[in-house]
Order: sequence, then structure tokens, then C-alpha cells
Amino acid sequence: MKIAIKGLKILNPQQDLNIKGDLLIEDGIIKKVGDLTDEELSGAKIYELDNHYCVPGLFDMHVHLREPGREDEETVETGCNAAANGGFTAIACMPNTSPNADSSEVVRYIKDQAANHLVNVYPIGAVTVERKGENLAPIAEMFDAGAVGFSDDGVAVKSAGILKSAMEYTKMYDAPIIEHCEDESLSDGHMNESAVSTLLGIPPLPSVSEDLIVMRDILIAEYVGARVHIAHISSKNAVDLVRQAKKKGIQVTAEVTPHHFTLTDESLKTYDTNYKMNPPLREEKDVEAMIEGLKDGTIDCIASDHAPHSSEEKEFEFIYAPNGILGLETQLGIALTELYHKKVLTMEQMVEKLSINPRKILNIPIPEIKEGEKADLTIFDADAVWTVDLKKQKSKSKNSPFDKKLLTGKQTATICNQKMFIDNEFMDI
Amino acid sequence: MPLSSKHLLGLSGVPKEDIQLILDTAVTFREILERPIKKVPTLKGKTIVNLFFENSTRTRISFELAQKRLSADTVNFTTSSSSTKKGETFKDTVLNIEAMKIDMIVVRHQSAGVPQFLTKISNASIINAGDGRHEHPTQALLDMYSIKEKIGKIDGLKVCIVGDIAHSRVAISNIAGLISMGAKVSVCGPATMIPKSIESLGVTVHHDINKAIAENDVLNILRIQLERKAGTNIPSLREYHNYFGVTEERLEKNNKDILILHPGPINRGVEISSEVADGPYQVILDQVTNGVAVRMAVLYLLGTMN
Ligand SMILES: [Zn+2]
Repeated sequence: MKIAIKGLKILNPQQDLNIKGDLLIEDGIIKKVGDLTDEELSGAKIYELDNHYCVPGLFDMHVHLREPGREDEETVETGCNAAANGGFTAIACMPNTSPNADSSEVVRYIKDQAANHLVNVYPIGAVTVERKGENLAPIAEMFDAGAVGFSDDGVAVKSAGILKSAMEYTKMYDAPIIEHCEDESLSDGHMNESAVSTLLGIPPLPSVSEDLIVMRDILIAEYVGARVHIAHISSKNAVDLVRQAKKKGIQVTAEVTPHHFTLTDESLKTYDTNYKMNPPLREEKDVEAMIEGLKDGTIDCIASDHAPHSSEEKEFEFIYAPNGILGLETQLGIALTELYHKKVLTMEQMVEKLSINPRKILNIPIPEIKEGEKADLTIFDADAVWTVDLKKQKSKSKNSPFDKKLLTGKQTATICNQKMFIDNEFMDI
Repeated sequence: MPLSSKHLLGLSGVPKEDIQLILDTAVTFREILERPIKKVPTLKGKTIVNLFFENSTRTRISFELAQKRLSADTVNFTTSSSSTKKGETFKDTVLNIEAMKIDMIVVRHQSAGVPQFLTKISNASIINAGDGRHEHPTQALLDMYSIKEKIGKIDGLKVCIVGDIAHSRVAISNIAGLISMGAKVSVCGPATMIPKSIESLGVTVHHDINKAIAENDVLNILRIQLERKAGTNIPSLREYHNYFGVTEERLEKNNKDILILHPGPINRGVEISSEVADGPYQVILDQVTNGVAVRMAVLYLLGTMN
């Protein structure tokens, strides 16, 4: 099939590409980038997407798919549908499933479930067996089965001893350890420790719990010479620690979620469990530090921590409700609204943080927009004003605080693996 | 003038006029409690559910007595089960009770925010009988009532709340209520038991029990929860008693008029010595009686709103 998309702003900082032009794709392969002649247009399905951006397919490196184990909340397929709807052509999924992705079998199972989808799924394997922090999981086997990074997400790798060992091991494969930074001896709470937690009477989680593990991990990464990636960074001190470590040349990278660069713990005043997450929403100074970190490059990328939960569980009493919210389908809109339109980041920087840097961290080739390459692209209208409607989202769960939120910037077409998602439909191309 | 809300979820943000109205109304009910026949027909035909997810016999009995004396129909639902356990979720439990057409729910729960959540899924008036470490508004109201009964006013008094502020649902309610009624409030306890940024609620913080006694008109002494605190928040109960316990010796040394409140149940020899618990300064048992009157006032004001 031949499709032509006209009037695009084609942008890929990795190729120094920034042009206004058309795109011709045939059987999933890019045939031309530039102005198309009548001859080239003949026989093609033509889309007029004037002034929409066309960038290398977006990549979300922190997604919870819930399969295997909690298919009532999300499956690989529904999660991939949500990703496509949010403009992502690839995601990395966390290993805290049931069973955990702590074996090559589970890693392969997840890859198989995603095999025919538009969206590429890259599993993250567990660092330790059952994420218990006691014995190393079969890292080499999982790496060979397709795992691109390792994490005990949900918790930090339990002890410095096992972490050092894991870093020595993953270093052989140049794969990062992705850390959920939380010191378990300080983690007996349900929201950020602040004046708000005192007022609300919710048992608090101090931010130093995050900072301690960030510090520990940076020191071990430096000592071993391995790579560590700080997942969902949320505290000001943690950003400062990563900034200093980067200056020293330590191989540390970091991601931030849209909720951590937009919301504070003030949102919890209604006890709405859609604001309950871990790491918890923190304070204004922390949100400012996230913005600063994104600006100066301390924070390498934006990731959603997409965490589907059933509505009955999110309607538990506050201290019993699970942590986390959806993210795949609101992430691009929030990032454009809050970072691009508010002039925190340029569009080039947006593309780096949403597409290029996550792939660099996980050693995945960056799609190029040029003749002969497979089309792996995201097209979006940066100026489209729309209202989030959870009922229209593709995720199987509905836990999001962003329902009814007005955003500026929306996915138009997601293209990968010879498939295109456009106008709310998948098609083979 | 009626109350400004059909619920009593806490005292934070509650207008002074509402607190005043409850305390004034409680005076009438306190008188009724002295009569040979302690029952009035005010809430006849109203159905009230006492929904207790955490065992608290004292609070439940106090509410239940208040309800019976107002002639309401009451049902007790006491369970320790919660959403984490298999079976019916909290929301389902409430929807079931709601379907039985009830007028009020008195709720006690180990999670903060449950009363707020109830207002979203039920049409009944919700009264918070303690949610986690958040609020326990009727306890604070009865504390204020007892202060007023004994001293004649709240405005301008210096009140210090002593003990485990961080894990107490009584502290936040007392702070909010007392400040709005014009008292000057401080908290005193080991730093491990003072929650972060509590100064933002308008109180001062210190760690000297002698200063607390010397500088205040009222001490409200909170219970130290024996089961979990020693070892992590305080080295030992003995050390707590030695450094923060309210003893007769300390009271006499400061040689002054002071009123001692304690929400109970008391731990003799820990936060309060037996001599003080039984002595002339305290009104601990009056608090219990006043609790019934204050709860009658709250039930009456909310139950007759429309
Ligand atoms: Zn995590």
C-alpha cells in the first residue's frame, strides 16, 4: 500500500533534519522525504496534515502492562493500543507482573504477545528472582530473550550488595539497571511528607527515602563503572544528585513522569486516590526542580509510569488503594502543553526526551526519517486543543487524574511495523 | 441558625459559628443528662448507622448512648475487615447500607479520608468518629466543651497538646477547633512524635514538659500507644515518662492552676501519673460525660437540618 502525507514539519534532531515537506510510504518503507510530484502521488492514499509534526516514533520506557497476571487491568494488546493512541511506537514494560518477568520464558511470552502489533514492546527483566533482592535473576538469558534493561521496579534493588553484583553483571551487556528509588526502611507511608500530609493525617513517605537510594546507586554505579537509570525521579535533591553525578562523568540517566513535573501533593486534599502514586506527588520546589532538570538535561527523558489499576481497587480506602495512574494516552498532550507551549523545551528537545534518549539509554536504534528506512514515526498536531476523555481511551483501566483536562497537542498518526493508527483505527499499510 | 454543612468530617475549615453552635447546644443536652429520664424524642424516626471498621468501644458506646437518648433508631456495624482482605469492598459495604435508607452514618476507620469518600457515595449525613491519624472532631469538641465548662471560656487561653501528635487523630481536630475559637495552641512531645511542618497549622512546637506546664492554662495529654511506639519513636516508656510524663511533682513545682485533659484510655505511669489522673487538676471523667452531650448536640443539629 502506498500512502502520502502532505504538509508535515519533519523533524529528527538525531539526523539534523528539520524541513517542511511530504512523506511517501510504500509497504511500510519510506520512499521519499520532501515535496512529492503528481506522479509520486498517483495511486497513493493521501493525507493532508498541514503543519503537523513528523518525528521518529515516540518511546515510553516505563510502562506497566499487567500481563501476565492481571489481564483484567491491562494486557499487552490493550497496553499497545493505548500506546498507539498516545503516539508511541515503542514501549518498555516493567517486570512486576505475576509471575514476575524474572525468566527468559516470561520475557519471551510478553514479546510473543506483542509480535503482530504496531507497537514494539521491549521487556525489562527483573534484577533479582521474584524482585525479592536475594538472588540474581537470569540476566544473560533474559537479555538474549529480548530484555533491554533490568529493574526490580515497584521496589529498589534491596541491598547494596546485590545491586553491586547486578551492576557488575549487567555491565557485560551494557544494559542499564533501572531503579525505583525508595529506601524501604523509610517507606511506610502513602503520600509525600509535608505540611499537607500532616493536615490530611495520611502516613507520610519522606523524600529522603528517594534521595538515599539515588545516592547509593550513583556511588555503586561509579564504583563498578556501570550504568544506572533513575526511574520516575521526583525530588529536588535527587535531581541535584543526578546533576552532580553527571558532571563527574558517572553513567547515570533519569526519567520524569508528566505527573511529577505538573502536580503537587496539594492535589491530595480531596483524598482522590487518582493522585496516589509512588513516588508520591511532592511539593512546588520539587516540581520546579523537575522543570529545571528537564531544561538543563539532567533529566534525559519523559516516561509515563503507566500503571493501570481496576476501578474497584482504586476505590479502596485511601491507605489501601494501590499506587499509580495511567499515562500513555495523556503523556504527549501534557508534555506539549506544559513543556513546549510554556517554552520550557524546544521541539527538538521534546523529541529527544520522548523518542531519542529513551532508545539511547536502552541501546535501541533510533528510527531515521529517510528513503529506504522502515517507517517508525509519530505524527502529531502540536496546536490541537482537546479534552481528555477516559471513556475514549484504549487502556483497559480508567485510573487517571487527568480526565476532562484540556490539553494542547495531540497524536494524529502513529506508524510502525507496516501499520498505521490514524482516526482511531489501525490499518495495514 | 443551622450548621453550614450536613456533615461533620473534621474541624479544619469549620467556621467558628458552627463550633460555637455545637458547644452551646451541648449545654442543653448536658442538662438533660442530669435528669431522671434522660431521653428526648428529637430524632424519633431517624436511622443512624455506626460504621466502625476499627474497634473503639468507648467512642461507639458514647455515640450509641447519644443516639438512644435522642430516640433515634441505631444499628451497629462493627468489622475489622477492610478492602485489602478478600470479599466485599468498603464501597460495596457502604452501598449496601445506603440502600437500607439511612439518615446518618457515624464512621470510624483506620484510613484517613474515609469520611470524605463516604460523602461521595452516600446521601446520608456523615459524622467522622476518627479516620486514621487525621481527625476526630467530636473528641475535640468535647475537649473544648470541657475547657469551657471548667474555665468559662476558650478565647485567649493557652492550650498545649502533649505527646504523640504524629499518630493522633485528636491533635489535628483540637488544633483546628481551638485556634478557631481563639486559643493559643502549642504542641509538646519528643521530636519523633511531632509531624512535619505542623507549625503551618498555626501552633508552636517545643520539647520541654516543664515549660508546657508553666506556660499553659490547659494541657491535653495524648495517649502513648504502648503496642508500637517504644523502640522506634521513643527509646522506652520509662524514658518517655521521665521526660514527658505529667506528674504531680511537676505540676506542684510550677505551682499554678492548670486544667488537665486526656482523651483516654489513659496509661498510668506513662504519659500521666496515677496521682495526676486521679487528682484535682483533671476532668477526665467529666470529659466522658460531656462526650455524650456533645455527640447529642452534633447528632441533633445534623439530624434536624432538613
Ligand atoms: Zn516504580
